[in-house]
Amino acid sequence: MPPGQSFGKMKISSKTEKPKDTKYVFKRLWYYIYQYKLLFLLALILTIVSNILAIIGPMLSGYAIDAIEPGKGSVVFKTVFYYAGWMVLFYVASSILSYILSVLMIHLSQKIVRKMREDVFHKLVDLPISYFDTNQAGDIISRISYDIDTVNTSMSTDVIQIAAGLITVIGSLIMMIIISPVLVLVMFVTIPLSVLYTRFMSKRIKPLFRKRSAKLGEMNGFIEEMVSGQKTINAYGAEDEILKRFDKINKETVDAYYDAEYYGSLMGPTVNFINNISLTLITIAGAILYLLSHMSLGNISSFIQYSRKFSGPISEVANVVSELQSAAAAAERVFKLIDEEAELMDKEDAIDLNMVHEDVSLHNVSFGYIPEKTIIKSLSLKAKSGSLTAIVGATGAGKTTIINLLMRFYDIWEGNIYLDDKEIRDITRKSLRKSYTMVLQDTWLFEGTVFDNIAYGKENATKEEVEEVAKMTGIHSFIKRLPNGYDTIINENGINISKGQKQLLTIARAMLLDSQMLILDEATSNVDTRTEIKIQKAMRKLMEQKTCFVIAHRLSTIQGADNILVVDQGNVIEQGNHIELMEKKGFYYKLYQSQFE
Amino acid sequence: MHKIFTYLKPYSGHMLIGFLIKVLGTFMDLGLPWVLAYIIDDVIPHKEISLILWWGGIMVLLSIGARSFNIIANRMATSVARDTVQILRHDLFVKIQSLSGSQVDYFSVSSLEARMTTDTYHIHNMIGMMQRIGVRAPIIIIGGIIITFTLEPVLTSVLVGVLPFLALIVILVSKKGIPLYTNMQLSIDKMVRVVRENISGIRVIKALSKTWYEKERFSHVNEELAEKEKKAGITMAITNPFMNLIFNLGLTLVVIVGAYRVNSGASQPGKIVAFLSYFTLMLQAVMAITRIFVIYSKAMASANRIGEILETKEDLQMQDISRIPSVYHIEFQDVSFSYVHGDDSDKSQLIKDINFGIMRGKSLGIIGSTGSGKTTLINLLMRFYDVDKGNILIDGQDVRSYDKKVLRKKFGVVFQNDILFGDTIYENINMGRGLSKGNVRAAAVDAQAKTFIDELEKNIDFKLAIKGSNLSGGQKQRLFVARALAGKPEILILDDSSSALDYKTDSLLRKAIRENYKDTTTIMIAQRISSVMKLDHILVIEDGKMAGYGTHEELLKSCEEYQDIYKSQIM
Repeated sequence: MPPGQSFGKMKISSKTEKPKDTKYVFKRLWYYIYQYKLLFLLALILTIVSNILAIIGPMLSGYAIDAIEPGKGSVVFKTVFYYAGWMVLFYVASSILSYILSVLMIHLSQKIVRKMREDVFHKLVDLPISYFDTNQAGDIISRISYDIDTVNTSMSTDVIQIAAGLITVIGSLIMMIIISPVLVLVMFVTIPLSVLYTRFMSKRIKPLFRKRSAKLGEMNGFIEEMVSGQKTINAYGAEDEILKRFDKINKETVDAYYDAEYYGSLMGPTVNFINNISLTLITIAGAILYLLSHMSLGNISSFIQYSRKFSGPISEVANVVSELQSAAAAAERVFKLIDEEAELMDKEDAIDLNMVHEDVSLHNVSFGYIPEKTIIKSLSLKAKSGSLTAIVGATGAGKTTIINLLMRFYDIWEGNIYLDDKEIRDITRKSLRKSYTMVLQDTWLFEGTVFDNIAYGKENATKEEVEEVAKMTGIHSFIKRLPNGYDTIINENGINISKGQKQLLTIARAMLLDSQMLILDEATSNVDTRTEIKIQKAMRKLMEQKTCFVIAHRLSTIQGADNILVVDQGNVIEQGNHIELMEKKGFYYKLYQSQFE
Repeated sequence: MHKIFTYLKPYSGHMLIGFLIKVLGTFMDLGLPWVLAYIIDDVIPHKEISLILWWGGIMVLLSIGARSFNIIANRMATSVARDTVQILRHDLFVKIQSLSGSQVDYFSVSSLEARMTTDTYHIHNMIGMMQRIGVRAPIIIIGGIIITFTLEPVLTSVLVGVLPFLALIVILVSKKGIPLYTNMQLSIDKMVRVVRENISGIRVIKALSKTWYEKERFSHVNEELAEKEKKAGITMAITNPFMNLIFNLGLTLVVIVGAYRVNSGASQPGKIVAFLSYFTLMLQAVMAITRIFVIYSKAMASANRIGEILETKEDLQMQDISRIPSVYHIEFQDVSFSYVHGDDSDKSQLIKDINFGIMRGKSLGIIGSTGSGKTTLINLLMRFYDVDKGNILIDGQDVRSYDKKVLRKKFGVVFQNDILFGDTIYENINMGRGLSKGNVRAAAVDAQAKTFIDELEKNIDFKLAIKGSNLSGGQKQRLFVARALAGKPEILILDDSSSALDYKTDSLLRKAIRENYKDTTTIMIAQRISSVMKLDHILVIEDGKMAGYGTHEELLKSCEEYQDIYKSQIM
């Protein structure tokens, strides 16, 4: 179960842009730790034990010094060696334990971070399409890499440091009380001062760290965009302009870092200052007590060592606090993504679609991407099983939007879409989408072998099957010429493959699927016409007995359609087959004539 | 790596002052236990409380000084880190911008992105930490040694004796650690790549219901990364306990040796107390070192990755090639090219012996089947790659001998996989060329983009979503064309820029170009004969070779391939 669900109530608050309080973030982090509670408990016990061992060290050295105290000629060597032996033993044990502890913590934090990355990714692929249309890829990447890494660093070191610090503080305090309750009173002046100061500062620096994370994400987004568009930028000599913009973002990023660090750097020396004052007070008070013969020199020595030990973690914690704040700011961004609203869950009684026997029909469908702008206005149409529906119209008339709605990438505002007699919102998304085969104008290939890319839609596709579809799409001989044939890795940008070849690969991919409906959105727009004729047989086979929706500019390809929808500005202005529409001498007729101009 | 340090050079003065201030502040910190020892050993015997208070006052003053100086030094360090990284990132960005297509392919976009962000971030972290804690810790150790030396030279030598062991650990572990972190960064690149692919292919992934598969794919890279992080972490984890142990063993030794010294009357117990107090302070410094140590190792791995890019030689240098007289505006002479090098066989050659010329103001259509090498000709003409053989001339001058900026200023181009930026329509057309809004509007009219732009809120100031995802394919293509036309270019290149346009828009666009850009030499790559048939010349390309060159009418008569294409489209 993704953690987002166990915090269902919080979801609402995550919708608002207002940053959540640290407590909430830590609560969420605790959820991850809690999953490995045994490991965490073990780590905690080890921390306690190894620190207790370390605390006993100064006590032992104090005893040894007491044995030295008598001075020249009267040092009790037996006692000195006795305690020195114990010291060695304790230090060795403490070091071994602390190594085991570190390893344990690394295992623990690695498990947590891995889970976190997984949660982010799982949520990511479950997000609705609109999220990807509106968010910078670079910013998303920044969350899954940099932000989680920040959380990781903080978890693997800071948590243990705080735990260790706490124990050292408590242990030292106890030891100090045992040695001299009066001197401890001095600490009561300085401890609250440290605590108050640390709290005050951490509140102040938190927004600065939040800004620091956000700026880094922004910069990442910018870089992603610009590196992907490098060729265009080079072609237009826009390097300087882009550089100017980068410099601005870069400056903002380093400034945000500086601001956070500026205040962060106040904390260490200031807490140190408070500690030094406390050392001064202890020295003065200790000296006076010694004069009054209330304390031995060895006692003062141990006490000062303890007070150092006591204040050490406090100043450490002061440093850790700023790191924790940066981790909290990073975690906040991570949780924000995890808390994004996923695609609406399928209805509980949603059915699995097996076969579509009859029709796809739209009834008075209205839709727009943003609330202010309706793109599709009460559209109705009916596509009979096995028929071919073509959608034509001027560019930007909303043709691709219809596909987005059929596949339920976006939900319609009004009206209904039916497959047979079932409303598509009553069908599981998975089975709905599986019932379509889709070939888009924007081809997508991933870094993997040619084989994997073609076989992507079909599990356990055999080599023969893949080669067969490649042959049908006429891409087989091209693949054979590649350095490693079907095992050639297609690189990230697929730069070694032309757009047309990419499209042929995606068509081959589609041919391996078997579904009842087919969507071709400009599927062959980048394929030259002769190749298109060569693969026509394959395309026909692909379309055979399927309910097809075809978007095409080349009117020649759709003349045989059973129903042609002519779309203009979101409205279907004409509907009918080629002959009917030509007779009408309307919009379609004009469009048809324009290709012979 | 040394390259990164050169970035610190301009700030060496600043750093030195910061360093001195830090030393001052740290010594004040160190002065405290010294005063403490003095009080215990020398002041107390006087039995005068006022004297004790007086020395206490000095301790307070030292504390105040330590705080102020440390803060000043910390801030100076932070600003040095800020300025250094700002410049480093700037240079890195400039470098990345200048990488050629094949170099970007080599590094991969996700890795470049990671190097720009995570890696520079590690370095930022390190420069700051190094100056703050990295300076303080050694000073505390060295200063501690100096002060303890004045207190008790013999005991100090015992302490100094353990230092080489500490140094040894640092060297050994960092030798192992840095490669581990480098390795880890590679895995991060891999993970980022999977995420990027999922973001760009989300429609296909969802359509095929392959989210489970992608989750699995991610889980692999995630696991690999976690393993590498773990390995690096565990290797580094040895330092802290080990250093602690060595130091504490030294401490025990000090107590024993101290006992002998006191017994022989060479030392006093108070000195040993002060000594142990310094020891605790120094131990804390050692712990701090182990912390920066991790940051240092990570940053060094990052520095190597960044250095790798900064040291990459620019692929396409300006070459000294003498002018070749040519009557043409653009001329290709015996041009051959292959993306893969090292294999000289005829088969791997993508472009073979291309020869043609275009007069200024004339137009050329390039037609040919998918993968025949049409786009490659443009890549060569605009010098995204260099030819293997032959010359490409513009006004008689080889493209390799042009300044790249001057060369590319001549062009207005629409690429096959062109891209829009998350900015206003105006900026997307302007592309930083400082064109007037009037200019941009006129180009939008010619590109047939006016109608849809007028319908948008704020018209040309309408802000596009990332990659222009709030526009349809056809709208995007019209903006690309407007971008290409807006600069009134010397040469206009349209690489398959009308595939998402309907016939009507396409023909209007061609008409506008014919009429309004008479001085512009146009190259149009297309699949439809109707797009190129009215152009002055048409080049038919097949398997990288010229299959025909001439006007529409000539080719219809003489060129078999052209006839084929024609027939395929008339049907």
